[in-house]
Amino acid sequence: MTPVADNIIQQLKEFSADEVVTHAYVRDIPLTGGRTLALITLDNDRDHTRPNTFGPLGLLELGAVLDEQTVRAARNEIHGVAVTGKQYILAAGADLSKVSEIPSVEVGHGLGELGHDTFSKLSELGVPSFVFINGLALGGGTEVALHADYRTVDSSIAGLALPEVFLGLIPGWGGAWLLPNLIGIENALRVVIENPLKMNRMLKGPDVLKLGIADTMFSPANFLEESIRWADGVISGTTVVKRANLPGKIERMAKWDVAIGIARKQLESKIGTVAKSPYVALDLLKAAKSSTKEEGFAAENDALAALAAGDQFQASMYAFNLVQKRAKRPAGAPDKTLARPVTKVGVIGAGLMASQFALLFVRRLQVPVVITDLDQSRVDKGLEYINGEIDKLAEKGRISTDERNRLTALVSGTTDMADFADCDWVIEAVFEELGVKQEVFANVEKHVSPEAILATNTSSLSVEQIGANLANPERLVGFHFFNPVAVMPLIEVVKTPHTTDEALSTAMVTAAKLRKNAVITRDTPGFVVNRILAKLLGEAMHAVDTGTSFDVVNDSLKPFGLPMTAFELLELVGLKVGAHVLDTHHAAFPERFFESKNLHALAEHGRIFDRDSKGKIKGFDKKAVAIVAGGTSPMTAEQILTRVEDGLADEIKRMLDDEVVHAAEDIDLCLILGAGWPFQMGGATPYLDRVGASERAFGGTFHTPMIKGIA
Amino acid sequence: MAEQSEIFFVDGMRTPFGRAGEKGMYWNTRADDLVVKAMMGVLERNPQVPKDQIDDVAIAATTQTGDQGLTLGRTAALLAGLPRSVPGFAIDRMCAGAMTAVTTTAGGIAMGAYDLVIAGGVEHMGHHPMGQGVDPNPRFLAEKLVSMDALNMGNTAERIHDRFPHLTKERADRFALGSQQKLAAAYEAGNIQPDLVPVAIKTEAGWGLATRDEAPRPDTTMEGLAGLKTPFRPHGRVTAGNSSGLNDGATAAILASGAMVKKLGLTPRMRMVTFAFAGVEPEIMGLGPVPSTEKALRKAGLTIDDIGLFDLNEAFAVQVLSLLDHFGIADDDPRVNLYGGAIAVGHPLASTGVRLMIQLARQFEQRPDVRYGITAMCVGLGQGGTVIWENPNWKGKR
Repeated sequence: MTPVADNIIQQLKEFSADEVVTHAYVRDIPLTGGRTLALITLDNDRDHTRPNTFGPLGLLELGAVLDEQTVRAARNEIHGVAVTGKQYILAAGADLSKVSEIPSVEVGHGLGELGHDTFSKLSELGVPSFVFINGLALGGGTEVALHADYRTVDSSIAGLALPEVFLGLIPGWGGAWLLPNLIGIENALRVVIENPLKMNRMLKGPDVLKLGIADTMFSPANFLEESIRWADGVISGTTVVKRANLPGKIERMAKWDVAIGIARKQLESKIGTVAKSPYVALDLLKAAKSSTKEEGFAAENDALAALAAGDQFQASMYAFNLVQKRAKRPAGAPDKTLARPVTKVGVIGAGLMASQFALLFVRRLQVPVVITDLDQSRVDKGLEYINGEIDKLAEKGRISTDERNRLTALVSGTTDMADFADCDWVIEAVFEELGVKQEVFANVEKHVSPEAILATNTSSLSVEQIGANLANPERLVGFHFFNPVAVMPLIEVVKTPHTTDEALSTAMVTAAKLRKNAVITRDTPGFVVNRILAKLLGEAMHAVDTGTSFDVVNDSLKPFGLPMTAFELLELVGLKVGAHVLDTHHAAFPERFFESKNLHALAEHGRIFDRDSKGKIKGFDKKAVAIVAGGTSPMTAEQILTRVEDGLADEIKRMLDDEVVHAAEDIDLCLILGAGWPFQMGGATPYLDRVGASERAFGGTFHTPMIKGIA
Repeated sequence: MAEQSEIFFVDGMRTPFGRAGEKGMYWNTRADDLVVKAMMGVLERNPQVPKDQIDDVAIAATTQTGDQGLTLGRTAALLAGLPRSVPGFAIDRMCAGAMTAVTTTAGGIAMGAYDLVIAGGVEHMGHHPMGQGVDPNPRFLAEKLVSMDALNMGNTAERIHDRFPHLTKERADRFALGSQQKLAAAYEAGNIQPDLVPVAIKTEAGWGLATRDEAPRPDTTMEGLAGLKTPFRPHGRVTAGNSSGLNDGATAAILASGAMVKKLGLTPRMRMVTFAFAGVEPEIMGLGPVPSTEKALRKAGLTIDDIGLFDLNEAFAVQVLSLLDHFGIADDDPRVNLYGGAIAVGHPLASTGVRLMIQLARQFEQRPDVRYGITAMCVGLGQGGTVIWENPNWKGKR
């Protein structure tokens, strides 16, 4: 490798003056036959809450240590070099907070070069090199291992991954070239592209071995001792390493391009083509088939520098921090110690939604859960569903049979609300109608203590009005789940003017125990997610109603890179529900939200898309197209896009001015967790700022400085 | 190589058990003093046992620091006035500490290394709350080797209720009530007092003398038990009423080989047939005595039907019920815990094993119709221990 230019090194050092340096400590370990292993320990001298990370200073230190070992190897002082990490952690890769502060494309390129330059020394020592993967290995942590000649892995590592694509980057310190050339293209696609897009899934020790990333695996009880002994065997020639997944000629000729093609199609259908990094990674993996290592690394440098300087990486880092940090310390949450203990839960309703609540509460809180409905047969049906789901969990091995018995014993049903007497949390999931909900709570209030928390899952009604007839409305909160309840990570916790800190705190602590992320919102129509979606869907339907074709509308919002189009979303939530959502928002804000008679007609018809037997979209349903025909002033895709962008910016600004939530960050967090809006948009507001919608809508930006790239 | 020797439980005594904590009667009494008093008591009652011929002193404690530290067996021997020539050591198997002191020294006797030993245990749970100073290896958590639930004994008992839904809270409460009533009756009949060593205790009101166990609640009712809190789980089943409490106390026993019994002309109270320990899932440690009892019976060539008396530690009522249920024994079988158990008398962890033996020995004396008895107990982190005893007073045909 050509060394990194001095002036770049100098810039990197200056940029990284405050780096938490991961040091490279060396000790000599005696091997058999009078040989010696130089063992390098990567350690930033902090505890496990601050994993080892790589910055320019740490890389330079490691590089210098490896240079020394090369000299020692030439003098025959050492016969092998191994690298391992501090307790529980090999390395968590580049320090991303630093990467997001890179001042210029040139420095970004230099950081890529320095990583390659440093790690490459592991393959140029003149003696065998090893990495003992003793713990968490992410990004550069995985890549340092890939540069070595051999790898061992601890069976209990917290995880190994190349998560770069998840954050808008690519494995740029050798991973994109080295991995497919070690474990084959299909396995590499899984690690580099599939896993990051599956909520950043990581590999466990046995996966690392099975995929061929590591040559052998040892138990944590004596991992380092065994690894040293194994390395001794390799160095002395008694242990021969075979790699089953090493790609051969046939794989390169017959499989490689096909696998890339399949992966590309899957990507396009799954996330669209707006997010750049997965496709850049795909191109790098494709080229790794026939490029030399030097060519591969050079391509990684260019790709990394471009992505690190771009908008999507900055928005992704912003989104990542929201999910990792803000979601865990929700804005406006009262002191946790105010929360009342929840030792028994009542669920009003025994339908599917209510049964899903009961299942979630009993699994996560492990307290008695009692469900109720109008008659015993509905209650029995609910219980049957819940117990069936518990049995399924046990059959899949997700819970033990002891746990199954425990959960089953905790769930009961009743038609007598007197059985709710000792509940300290009651949640309703009954018909979405104000009178019905008011009556249900008035009834339950006769039986429960005055302090018991009452929670409503309403999505469109005023929580305050639901509690209008309560003797103690101060214990009422909105607790708005997203479907499917077990999967979607968001709960909107709605605070009315009467809600006490105690009730709010109980709701927040309970949400956390349910392993959901809660965002506190004021009691305004649609709260956050439904209001934003109603804006978007209303605009889409309005465009159709005024004569724009489904096709044009459907494609017009592609630049967002949303997980599904407006009409797919409408079908997913149900056309009737969608029409109802538009109606309620139109009623609340008639000047800004459209209602759509056509959507009601489509709901009667039952579908928008024409689908094949597997549910795959073939086109638009002919009858649906006929239903909406008649508009006379069609818009272009560009016009629609601008209307939606500006409308969203305007609406979000109004929500912030009205203090629906505390900050733009909370809106973005809701959209990411509750509606699956992509990291590359940063939710909504970084995108709206960078496309100029904020400026157009209200003459400003949500973020100062804007969250955008340097190039 | 010496021939395998017979092992006899010559005699055992204990301190009255106190309630742990500042309000308990032993708050101002040292743990090592408690066990020393138990040792001196049993030696005084057996004056024909020559102190200089004691081969070893094994004393158990779970938390071996402070007044339970410093190699308890040796310090207790010195404090009890045994000759300096008598060695001693400390032992730990949590709740089965004293039981393990007995079985370990019994092994020494069986192979001829010992002829005469003292084995016992002490736990001052007021001075040494459960879990004091523990530092579990982070690998337990990192590798999910043992769930954190397993370190909380109450949670492990709740889990037995999960596994066996037919072992209801009502059955556990009824068994607990029986324990209180049986202990009260045993006190009434004078079956407990003879084996208690009185202990002088310093209180705020001046010096006093502990002569009775402090923990029993003879006025317990089913209604009272039903209303108790379930501290381990909301709306759970395990309560302070159907569990053993937190207690202070000490026990000591004299064991001897057959040859020594003959030489000294002793009248031993029990003969050890065999013993066994076994492991189970730590998360459900209360089941431990089931496999340990199966194993001990197998080694002894006996079946459960050969056992005439059981003294089972009542760490938790449900945990005893799980063993009875396994062997098809009724909850209120008169062979089981005739004098009540730990739910009533208390469970100063590492001392309890010998308390079970003391009670079984007393019952043997009154029941020449019974040949075999069992002492058994569960142990934290998923173990069980069982010792099978033969009654020297048995009048049947061999």
